[in-house]
Amino acid sequence: MDVQTFLIQVLNSVQYGLLLFLVASGLTLIFGIMGVINLAHGSFYMLGAYAAFVLSGLTGSLFGAIALGVPLAVAFGYLLEWAFFSFLYRRDHLQQVLLTYGLILVFEQLRSIAVGDDVHGVPVPAALSASIPLGTTMSYPVYNLFVSCACLAVAALLFVLLRRTRLGMRIRAGASNREMTRSLGIDIELLFRVVFALGVALAAFAGMVNAPASSVYPGMGNQVLIVCFVVVVIGGIGSVTGALVAALLIGFIDTFGKVFLPDYSGILLYLLMAVVLVWRPEGLFREGAV
Amino acid sequence: MSRGRIALLLALVALALVPVLAGKFYVDLFAKIMIMAVFAMSLDLLVGVTGLVSLGHAAFFGVAGYAIVLSAGDPYAAVSLWTSLPLAVAASALLALAIGALALRTRGVYFIMVTLAFSQMVYFVFHDTKIAGGSDGTYIYVKPVARIGTWAPFSLEDGKHFYYVVLALLILTFVLLRALLASRFGHALRGIRSNEQRMRALGFNTYAYKLAAFAIAGAVAGLAGYFAAIQFGFVNPEMLAWHQSANVLLMLILGGLGNLVGAITGAFAFVLLQDGFESLTKHWLVLMGAFVIAAVMLLPGGLTRAGDAWRAWRERAGDA
Repeated sequence: MDVQTFLIQVLNSVQYGLLLFLVASGLTLIFGIMGVINLAHGSFYMLGAYAAFVLSGLTGSLFGAIALGVPLAVAFGYLLEWAFFSFLYRRDHLQQVLLTYGLILVFEQLRSIAVGDDVHGVPVPAALSASIPLGTTMSYPVYNLFVSCACLAVAALLFVLLRRTRLGMRIRAGASNREMTRSLGIDIELLFRVVFALGVALAAFAGMVNAPASSVYPGMGNQVLIVCFVVVVIGGIGSVTGALVAALLIGFIDTFGKVFLPDYSGILLYLLMAVVLVWRPEGLFREGAV
Repeated sequence: MSRGRIALLLALVALALVPVLAGKFYVDLFAKIMIMAVFAMSLDLLVGVTGLVSLGHAAFFGVAGYAIVLSAGDPYAAVSLWTSLPLAVAASALLALAIGALALRTRGVYFIMVTLAFSQMVYFVFHDTKIAGGSDGTYIYVKPVARIGTWAPFSLEDGKHFYYVVLALLILTFVLLRALLASRFGHALRGIRSNEQRMRALGFNTYAYKLAAFAIAGAVAGLAGYFAAIQFGFVNPEMLAWHQSANVLLMLILGGLGNLVGAITGAFAFVLLQDGFESLTKHWLVLMGAFVIAAVMLLPGGLTRAGDAWRAWRERAGDA
């Protein structure tokens, strides 16, 4: 493998890893704080991608779509928590699994009714449509670089939010001890709603920003969901730092696996999970250590 | 005889009469339902009895189907029922042992995610590689033959014969699992469900008990998968996809957990419902999704405990 190919694969790994992180961080926060296992989380990624497709058609630009889509996703998450997820906290995990599975079926079908089952492309914004030449034969699209940078910026913002703000302090408190946080007089219902909306927005943003690079297609959410479960299990449930490390690890393993072992690349990340389970069944990072 | 026993016997008589009274469509439909009922009962051993919510049970169902194809070698040669069935069940049990050994190191919500992830790994093994037709799957042209010497007591090619074989399978599975639940082993599993710490303090190696339950459940799921693959006449990766795992969990919670009868009831309700919705609209899954949400919200105990839910609701309404 020459240097250019290696570099391209590294960039692809980082891009995939960061996208996974944006989806998985919401998943792990929602579990860590509310104790809800949410199978429908992948649907938010899918809905984000389709929102990018529909809204960029309406506004004429992807940036317009994102500027409209993110507030919409926050509002959607806020409403969904109020109307549906707030009823799940008292249910056991089995019922949560089935209720959120039911939600997946509803989202997928509504998507099918509204947009159909075709694969759609989303145009790359003109300003970012160039490619960076690497050596004589290869090049790397500027847009993919933009996706990585955008995800990195959002991830950095998330860490600043969690570690440097009062809201982040409350979220961390909620993740490490829900009952204690409640008894200290913090409005835990509101906190739940905010965290859920944040998780939805992160997943939807990942879907929107990656839509031009990946195109949008039915079932894209479930694919991401299951990989994100692996990320959460490896990283440790409730740990955002763990999710970041695990997501990047999986990004690299999956991308380089596709290069070296194309037939078995789908299996590699599960083998990694098996190794982690033998070595540290609780995941790489401790639960609640946001 | 208790009312439950009488109801069970009546249901059995009704099932035995289906091929006499109904046409081929219903014979095939009910055979399919009974296979799903065996599948759901196997999961009930984990979810309802031991308290282990597995979201990857389809892996063991599907692998048994693949075992038929892989053991046959030549797709046009008929395999023997007496060798291929034990082989398929053993394959499922071994896979369950391997996955269970890892997954049972975790608990609760981790266990749900890990079982889902490992079953997805098995899915990718059959989807991405060229084993048995890759993502397209492969046909089972000739059904296994049940010959003892030169005498063939029944033929699986015949729809009615197949139906009665599956009915016998359903009864056998029900009786054996009931006996298992009544045994010391079954009581230990229920003990683990209600308080694993205490069981461990009493000296039970709970990990070994859970692993044994996981392997037995995998083997029984393999039994169901074997007959499902024969009935469909092909195997493909969809057989072990996670939708299948979620559907069988749905059957369980629809019927009610922990008593096997609920699993059977749930399988009937689910398949009939699916058929009903499918005939209504091509977007039938939206109905299914809405139904699932409503059913889990309103009937947490399942159909077999719907009476209790109704009484509780009436009492609450009476108080107000």
